Formats: sequence, structure tokens, C-alpha cells
Amino acid sequence: MIAAQVEAQIPSLRRYARALTGDATAGDDLVQDCMERALSRLHLLRPDSNLRAWLFTIMRNIWRNELQRRAARPPLHALDDQAEPSVAGDQLDRLALRDMQAALLALPDEQREVVLLVALEGLRYAEVAAIAGVPIGTVMSRLKRGRDRLAQLTGDSPPLRRVK
Amino acid sequence: MSAGSIDEDELHAYVDGALPPEREVEIAAWLAANPGMAARVRQWQAQKAEMHRLFDPVLAEPLPDRLRPGVRAGIRPGARARRARLVPAMPAAAAGFALLALGLAGGWWLHGRMAPPAGQVPMAQEAMNAHRVYAVEVRHPVEVAAAEHGHLVGWLSKRLGAPLRTPDLRSAGFDLVGGRLLPAGAGPAAQFMYQDGSGQRLTLYLRDAGPATPTAFRFASEGNAHAFYWTDSGLAYALVGEIGRDRLGAIADLVYRDLAAAPPR
Repeated sequence: MIAAQVEAQIPSLRRYARALTGDATAGDDLVQDCMERALSRLHLLRPDSNLRAWLFTIMRNIWRNELQRRAARPPLHALDDQAEPSVAGDQLDRLALRDMQAALLALPDEQREVVLLVALEGLRYAEVAAIAGVPIGTVMSRLKRGRDRLAQLTGDSPPLRRVK
Repeated sequence: MSAGSIDEDELHAYVDGALPPEREVEIAAWLAANPGMAARVRQWQAQKAEMHRLFDPVLAEPLPDRLRPGVRAGIRPGARARRARLVPAMPAAAAGFALLALGLAGGWWLHGRMAPPAGQVPMAQEAMNAHRVYAVEVRHPVEVAAAEHGHLVGWLSKRLGAPLRTPDLRSAGFDLVGGRLLPAGAGPAAQFMYQDGSGQRLTLYLRDAGPATPTAFRFASEGNAHAFYWTDSGLAYALVGEIGRDRLGAIADLVYRDLAAAPPR
């Protein structure tokens, strides 16, 4: 039964929402919104649909709407994919952000989303592209930037870049 | 394909298990000769492991009431008020449909969800939760595959602080796929996964039984998942599967007899 299959995804949706928001209550709010919306739209789900990707897409859209609603307030960090930290800022960050959880929250939202969908939830690149509504090339670029930035933030980035 | 044409995308795909096996082998060989890039790849792998270490425990947390649709549909006015803040008002027709869907799906849902008491998650519940999460997993059903049997058993025995064995279920048509470490409350649990020729999966879940005395088989069921669970020699066991109760019981008996035949020293 479809409800059982939806239910089976809740633990994984919770894990993702917790990592994405950095907060247990905010994460569960997101899952609750997602489940209610999903259950109201079960009739739109085709039998051959990828249920897991469908649920993550719903949750992702709710999350993006929520971010936009908050955009009236000054954002905590730049949303721009292209934003690169200054050297000084980077060193300060390294002192402050030793652990992965803090580093994830310091990532631009687009990068955090892609890194978590790939590395934590094990979704395929094509699935992540569909969920985020962007081409695969954009997924790869966000994944690379996100992983490099995490390495910088957690302070174990070996000086391997050949190009400055 | 030449290993010389490796680009960064492929290295990420290597870390994420997105490459065909033959290409994976080529990349691994290339990395062995390129320690600089190998260090970066290890770093991405370490990031991944750290994310799982941080967030996998969420998988085993008991669900709060508000994530049980049957509960929240009717008796959580506070939760519904909060909804109004977070989500723009649904058109009335959609809202009506949502409530109908909640009533239909939630009713069934509630049926399985009301059983566990608040607070501690019973052993069988933990085992069924873990089964539900991992038995459907296509790409990463286990952390350590049966091919590395010695490592698998050694590692999980060490983490659980007890010598474990993987029962031989081949006579029932089930081969060992591998196993993984899971959080169980404050301590660790192990899950061994088995699969038959049709792809049907069983999981054997084990953790420390605490001061519990040995018990006979008990049966629990939730949705399609059934579990036989018992304690023996200081360990609590649960065998979980989505097969008929009688067949699962026969295999649980096989597990018990296999473990008793060569008890862990």
C-alpha cells in the first residue's frame, strides 16, 4: 500500500531535514509539511514514479518557499553560488568552524542541499538535478564547490589546488 | 578508456558510487599513482562518513506524534495552527482533498503506529524501523558486504562488545548480503541482511540485552513487516521480514538453532 511506502521514507526525510536546517524542530516541521502535502497529492503519483525522489522534491519546494519567505530579513550568508570567501574570512571561519555540522550550515543553501542529497541520502546525480530543478552540470558544480568549501571550513583542506 | 582522461567529475562520481565497476577499478588504480588527488578523494569520503555519523542516529529516533498522520489529523489543533504560519492557505477544495487523503491513508497508518509506548522504543520496533529503512535500499543495503565476512564479523563484534556470528540460512534459500552498525538508544546495534533468489530480504538485528533473562520467541508485526525476537546469551535478537509469519518463524528457529549449535565463545 502506498501509505506504507510513504511512511517508510519518513526516517530518511527526517535525517535530511535535520541536516539541512541544523535544528530538530525546524527539521520535523519540514517533514510534517512535506507529509501533509504528499498525502494530499498521492493521486498525482503515477505507479512507476520514483517515490523517494518525489518526496524529496516536495520537501525541497517547501524549504525553498520558506527561504524565500525569510528573504525579507537579511540573509545569514550569500545565496550566490559564485560567492567565494575572502582569505581573511576563510581563516576566521577555520577557527570557528571545526565541526561538520557548523560547516554544513555555513554552506550556501544550494550547495548544502546538493551535498546532502548526494553524500548523506545517496541520491543519483540525475535525481538530484530533477529535485533541484537544475541541469546535472549545475549539480556537479555545486557538489564540487560544496565539498571544497566543507574541506576549508573544517580546516583539513590539503593545499592541493594547482591553480590559485 | 584511458585513465589519463580522468576529470574531477569522475572523481566525485567515484566517491558517490556512480561509476560502472570497470571504470571504478581504473580510477582506483589511477589514484594509487596520484597521492595528491587520492588525499582529496579520501577527504570527500571522510566528509561523507562524518555526515552519516552525525545524522544517521536520526533514523532510529522514535517519531514524534506530529509525524504520525493518524494522530495529528484529528487531535492536534496546535499543530494545525502552526501549519497556517508555514504554508500559504490551501484552496478549500485542495484542503478538503487533503483531509480526505489523511483520513484514508492516516487511518491505516495509525493502526500500526499506536502500538509502541511513548519513551523507549522496544527492541522489535527498533529492528522493524531499521529493516524498513535499509531493506529497500538498492545501492547501499549494507556497510560491509558478505565478501569481507571476516572484517564484517570482527568489526561488529568489537563494536557490540560480544562475539557475533552470522547464521547460515542457505538451507532456507537466503544468502548473507552483509551488515551494518546502527544506533540503538545509547549503544550500538548490528544488522545483518540476507536475500533470497527473488530479492526478498530478511534482516537480523542484534544488540546488547542488558540484564534481561533469556526469553522464548515473541512475535511483533507492523504493516507488512513481521518480527520474531528473543534474547539469549546476553544479546537481544530480532529477525525481521516481509514474508509469511510461519515461514519467518521457521527461519527464526533456524537462526536460533544455528547460533546454539556453535555458541559464541
